[in-house]
Amino acid sequence: MKIPSIPERLARDRFELDEDENHIEVNQQVVKSSGCGRAIVQCCPAHVYAEEPDGTISVEYAACLECGTCLAVAAPGALKWHYPRGGFGISFREG
Amino acid sequence: MTAGGVPEDIQPEPDFDVVVVGAGVAGCVTAYKLAQQGHSVVLIERGEAAGSKNLSGGVLYSRGMQEIFPNFLDEAPIERRITRNYINFLNADSSVGVDYKDARLADPVNAVTVLRAKLDSWLAEKCEEAGVFVMPGVRVDRVLTTEGPLGKRVVGVKSGDDELRAHVVVAADGVNSFLAQEVGLRPKQPLHHLATGVKAVVNLPRETIEARFNLTGDEGAAYAIVGDCTQGVGGGGFLYTNQTSISIGVVLRLDDLVAKKKSATDIFDHFLSHRFIAPYLEGGEITEYGCHLVAEGGLDMVGEITMDGMVVIGEAAGLTLNTGLTVRGMDLAVASGVAAAAGIDAALREKDTSKVGLGGYRDKLFASFAGQDMKTYGKAPGFLEVERLYKDYGELLANVLYGAFNLDTRPRRHLAAIALRAFRQSPVKIRHLISDAYAGVRAL
Repeated sequence: MKIPSIPERLARDRFELDEDENHIEVNQQVVKSSGCGRAIVQCCPAHVYAEEPDGTISVEYAACLECGTCLAVAAPGALKWHYPRGGFGISFREG
Repeated sequence: MTAGGVPEDIQPEPDFDVVVVGAGVAGCVTAYKLAQQGHSVVLIERGEAAGSKNLSGGVLYSRGMQEIFPNFLDEAPIERRITRNYINFLNADSSVGVDYKDARLADPVNAVTVLRAKLDSWLAEKCEEAGVFVMPGVRVDRVLTTEGPLGKRVVGVKSGDDELRAHVVVAADGVNSFLAQEVGLRPKQPLHHLATGVKAVVNLPRETIEARFNLTGDEGAAYAIVGDCTQGVGGGGFLYTNQTSISIGVVLRLDDLVAKKKSATDIFDHFLSHRFIAPYLEGGEITEYGCHLVAEGGLDMVGEITMDGMVVIGEAAGLTLNTGLTVRGMDLAVASGVAAAAGIDAALREKDTSKVGLGGYRDKLFASFAGQDMKTYGKAPGFLEVERLYKDYGELLANVLYGAFNLDTRPRRHLAAIALRAFRQSPVKIRHLISDAYAGVRAL
């Protein structure tokens, strides 16, 4: 079996994108001072987070699978993460 | 009468007897049982339908569910009935396994594979039939509380500008339970109590699955894999057969994943492409990709599960159990749902929904097999943090067998001598083996 990339895999999932509300916010200062950026980037199974050349962490919230792993590994205050609004976000057909 | 110190007659009349937040296994079972007992129940789900946010590895130990729904096996959307359990030490270039197949596991059926989007929407239908008001597509933002002389009491939930009031709120909102956190029932968990599960569903024709996994009819196989599948990170791999797909994934303990500076997706891809795993998937196609945070703290994670006006159930209460051989969550969700419904029913009848009045839930939970098992396996999480399990033991086993099977024209030695030699070359020392075996026997 050819193993598809993460974006290819996510393209097969069903998402209802909330154009109006981003459910993830990064506090760059806390990330920087605590050094938890690397853990957030590496632990997220959906590659929602990326480290930019300037050292900040960018977010692609539309790809979020809503597991909560990032919040678990983040330093307190580094992330503001809640679930998307009702009916939006990932919608598993299999689960 | 008073509840939590606040006279109930000064509070607005509740909209429902019970608000259940989260239409997973635990929430649906609670809502169903309470509606059956004649209570008014609303089941709120943030997904567009019940199950659309829910993901599990896929094995449900189904006896508890069969007690609630006698026709569960025939009526519910189950995938396969597990009759074959394969326990696999997987190394980079070798693999040692125990293949346990038993007709007794099929009669009576003990475990089934499920896909949650399908199972949970079936459960929600059953709830509706029983009279539950099912409300999908609604995210609960917070709980409504009042401050009484004895502290905080939960009186309902809030979503946007809408409020719903109830005698009892059931937090069945999963492993991240924002509701339980908000009211202070769940502190942030240490990383060694948490793992991330990464999973793909791979489509394959029914006949291919049956031939590849040595199954007939609706029989199913469950593989529990340890070792190179996680590249030595604490945790393991799983592979479960569905009717026309395979659920395959890894579960990675977060403290170890972070400490080893590894990427969760690199490990999962390594597993999918492993020389002994890839052949199972050959010709298939990933049809869905997902992940789920897993509570692995065992009994330590089940803290306070009741307060005035609220109970916490299922994964929100930390009710998951990894014994190394069996990984359980859904059967504990069922048991906690049954216990919570009984406790809430008694509280509503006695018109006392304070923490004390709801205490029957905790008593019933810990009197049930679920609560007993959480205690029995209390030492399992600590044992499963032993580093050697994830690398050294698998290689040691393979080296002993290699010594026995590799007839390289040199004169053979007794198996005991081969084993001793493999031991000497392994980082595992006799004292490790003895202490790990002792700890393992006590923990599992």
